[in-house]
Amino acid sequence: MTQKETYSATGEVGQVRMRRTIWQRMWIDLKNAPFSAWFGLCVVITYCLVALFAPLIAPYGEAQMFPSAYASWSGEHWLGTDQIGRDIYTRLIYGARNTVGIALATTFISFVIGVSFGLIAAINRRWLDQFLSRAVDVLMAIPGLIFTLMLLSIFGSTVWTLIVIIAVIDSTRVFRVTRAVSLNVVVMDYVEAAKLRGEGLGWIMRRELLPNILPPLVAEFGLRFCFVFLTIAALSFLGVGIQPPAADWGSMVRENASFIQYAPYDLTVAITPLLPAAAIALLTVGVNFIVDWFLHKTSGLRDEH
Amino acid sequence: MNTKKSDKDTKGKKGDVLIEMKDIVIDGYSDERWHEIVKGVDLKLHRGEIMGLIGESGAGKSTLGLAAMGFVKPGCRLTSGSIDFDGVDLMNAPESVKRQIWGSRIAYVAQSAAASFNPAHRLIDQTVESTVGHAGRGETEAKTDARELYASLQLPDPKNIGDRYPHQVSGGQLQRVMTAMAMSSRPDLIIFDEPTTALDVTTQVEVLVAMRNIVERFHTAAIYITHDLAVVAQMADFIKVLRYGEEVEEAKTRQMLTKPKMPYTKSLWSVRALEKPEVKGDDICVSIKGVDAAYGGTFKVLHDVNIDVPRGRTMAVVGESGSGKSTIARVITGLLPPMKGEVLFNGEPLPKALKDRSKDQLRRIQMIYQMADTAMNPRQTVAEIIGRPLEFYHDMTVKERKKRLIELMEMIELDESFLDRFPSELSGGQKQRICIARALAADPEVVICDEVTSALDQIVQEGILKLLLRLQKEFNITYLFITHDIAVVKAISDEIVVMFQGEVVEQGLKSEVLSPPHPDYTRLLLSSVPEMDPDWLTKISEARKN
Repeated sequence: MTQKETYSATGEVGQVRMRRTIWQRMWIDLKNAPFSAWFGLCVVITYCLVALFAPLIAPYGEAQMFPSAYASWSGEHWLGTDQIGRDIYTRLIYGARNTVGIALATTFISFVIGVSFGLIAAINRRWLDQFLSRAVDVLMAIPGLIFTLMLLSIFGSTVWTLIVIIAVIDSTRVFRVTRAVSLNVVVMDYVEAAKLRGEGLGWIMRRELLPNILPPLVAEFGLRFCFVFLTIAALSFLGVGIQPPAADWGSMVRENASFIQYAPYDLTVAITPLLPAAAIALLTVGVNFIVDWFLHKTSGLRDEH
Repeated sequence: MNTKKSDKDTKGKKGDVLIEMKDIVIDGYSDERWHEIVKGVDLKLHRGEIMGLIGESGAGKSTLGLAAMGFVKPGCRLTSGSIDFDGVDLMNAPESVKRQIWGSRIAYVAQSAAASFNPAHRLIDQTVESTVGHAGRGETEAKTDARELYASLQLPDPKNIGDRYPHQVSGGQLQRVMTAMAMSSRPDLIIFDEPTTALDVTTQVEVLVAMRNIVERFHTAAIYITHDLAVVAQMADFIKVLRYGEEVEEAKTRQMLTKPKMPYTKSLWSVRALEKPEVKGDDICVSIKGVDAAYGGTFKVLHDVNIDVPRGRTMAVVGESGSGKSTIARVITGLLPPMKGEVLFNGEPLPKALKDRSKDQLRRIQMIYQMADTAMNPRQTVAEIIGRPLEFYHDMTVKERKKRLIELMEMIELDESFLDRFPSELSGGQKQRICIARALAADPEVVICDEVTSALDQIVQEGILKLLLRLQKEFNITYLFITHDIAVVKAISDEIVVMFQGEVVEQGLKSEVLSPPHPDYTRLLLSSVPEMDPDWLTKISEARKN
C-alpha cells in the first residue's frame, strides 16, 4: 500500500527537544545571560551567604557593646561604633540576616495567601470572585504605609505581627497578578477537560493552573520581595519595624543619620549611615536585574538571530 | 512605482518571469541549534500565474512563501540561495529597498484576517494605508479605488463598509477586505497564506470566487499556500507539493490532479476517497429530548433539539459556526445545563449540571477537542496526561498504569518513546492521538468529538479518522462527531444531524441526508464543499448567479 510508505503517525514532524537535565539547561541559560543578570546573581548569592554565615563572618556579637561609643573607623572597629558602642560592621552583617530573612518570610506568606485566593477567584468567576476582588480593591484603596503603621500601632510591633501585616497587605497585589494571569489559563480546554473528568478544585489549582502561571509569578516574587524589603526598611527607619537590639539596616540608617552632618570634618563618619542604605539599594538593584532577565527569557521576547 | 500609469506600463508582459528563487535554504533556530526548514527548493513564477503551494504543516510552505518576499520570520535565517524579483536581488537587498517593495509590489494576505487588522482603525483607512504611504497616492483617490475594489470583491454595501471597524464585519468579509488591502497598490505578486482555512465552507466559496476574479482582472501573480487540495485545485495554474522542506513534485493543476507521479502526492489525493458504509443502529445510547439552552440565561442558542444517538455508531452534527453544534456537546457533558428538556443516557436521565454527576457517569462520556494544543496541559508529559484518567477513574497502581499506558500507546499507533515527551514536542496529528488516548483511558461509552480533524492537514486527518473507526469497531464506542467538513462526515458517520441557527434542519441516515431532496440550507452546505474538479468553482459561481 502506498499509504504505508508515505504516512505513519510516528513519522510526523514534531520538534523534539534534547533530553537535558535541569543543571544542563540552567547552564545553557546562564551562559547566554547578559552581564546585568550575572551581576544580580552575584549580589544575591553574596547576600545569602552573608546572611547564612553571619556569626562566622562578623568579628563581634550582634548586640555586643564596647566602651567607646561614636568611635571612628579603625583597625579594631572597621566601620566604627554607634551611639551605644556597638560595632557597625558586625551589625551590618547581622542586618542582612534580619532584614533579608524577614522580607523573604513575608513575601512567601503573601504569595501563599495571594496565589491561593487569586486561583480560586479565577476558577470561580462568580460571586466569590466578585467578593474577593472587591475586598482587595478596598484594601488597595488605603495607602499601604499608613495602613501598615495603623495596624502596627493596634497590634504592637513584634516580628510576627510585622510579617503578617505586611504579608496580608502585600498579598492584594499578588492576588491581582495571579487572577489576571490565571484567567488566560482557566479558559484553556485542558482545564475544561479536568473539570469534565470530575477533578476537584485542589487538583485544578495545583496541577493544571499553577505550573502554567509560574514564570510571571516567579518574576513577581522578585519584585514583591524588593517592595517588602523596602517597606520593612522604611518601617524600621520610622522606628516601628524590627525592634532593637536586633540589627537592621533601616533602623541603622535612622540611628546614625545625624553623622552625616560631620562630613566637613571626617568623611568616613559621614559615610557610615549611608552604608546600610547602600546595602538596601544594591540588593534591590540586584534582584531587579535577575527579574528582568528572567522575564525576558520566559516571556518569549527573544533576540532575533 | 506609480500606480497612475496604466496597467500595461506597470505590469510588463504576461508570461515574463516575475520571480525566480533558486536553491533556497532556510534555517530555523530552536533548542540551541539551527535546523534546516527549507532544504534547497527552487521556485519560478511568471506574471499573471497562480502557483499553489501545498504540504502538511511543518513542510515549510509558509516559510518558503514568505521568503519570496525576501522575508523570514524571527528565529529563522535565509542561509543560501538566490531570490530574483523582477531584477531586484531580494536576497542581498538592504532593508530599505525591501520595504519599498513590500506592500506596494508584493502583498501578503494572512490566514487570520481578524488577528491582522488593527481593531482601533476603520477598515478603509487600513486598506489604503500602504498605498498612500508607499506609492504616494492621494488619499481620496486611493479611497475611491478601495470602494471599487470592495464592490468587485462583492462585499455588501461597498460604499460604506469601509467606515466600519474590523469587529463589525464577519470573518469572510474581513478576509475579502484584506484582499482589497493587498490589491490596493496593484502589486505584481500576492502571497495568500491559507486565507480561507478559518472560514466556514459556505463563506469560503464566496471568498474564493472574489479572490480569483480580482487576481484574474489585474493579471496579478500569486502564490497560494494551503493544505486544502480541493481549494488549490480551484485557484492555481500549477501546483508545487512540499514535504519536509523539500519539493516532492511540481506540475500543472490538471495534470497533477489526474496523473500525480510521486506516491506521496497520490496518497494526498486519495484522502477524500475514504468512506464508511453506514450501519443503522436501534439501541439508543444518548438521547437528547426537547432541549433548549442559553448562555447567560438570555442568549438562546438551542431551540427544542431532539437527537437520538445509536450505540456503537457515529452521529455527525453538521452546521456552520454559530449553529449551536458545540453547544450540544456542552449540554451533554453538563457544562451548560439546559433550560428545558433532558439528556437520557442508556435510558436514564443524566443530572443536568456537571457537579451533580457521579464519577462513573463522567467516565462514560469523554470528549476530544478541536485544538489538541490547548486540550493538553503544556507542563505535563504524555504519560501524565494519559495516566491521570487511569489513576482517577480506575485507581490503578503505578505498575498497572505503566502496562496500560503502553497498551494505549499501541492502540493509537505511537510507541512508548512518546510517553516522556511534552505536548510541544508532538506534531498536530500526534497531539490529537494523545487526546484520543486520554479519552480511551477512561473506557468510555460515548466520545464527543468536537471538530477533531479540522485543525489538521488532510493526510493526517485521514489517519485520525481511520484510527477512530478502528477503535469504534474494537470497543463499540458511540461517537457524536461535530464537524463542518462534509468530506469528514462522509468518511465517518452513520447518521447525520444538520443544524442551522440552533435548530435541527434535517436528521437521518447518511444516505438519506446526503441525497436529494434537500431542505434549502442542506443544499447550500453540500454544494459549498469544494470538489477536486478544477472547474468546480467556475460552475458553482455560474450556477449561483442564476
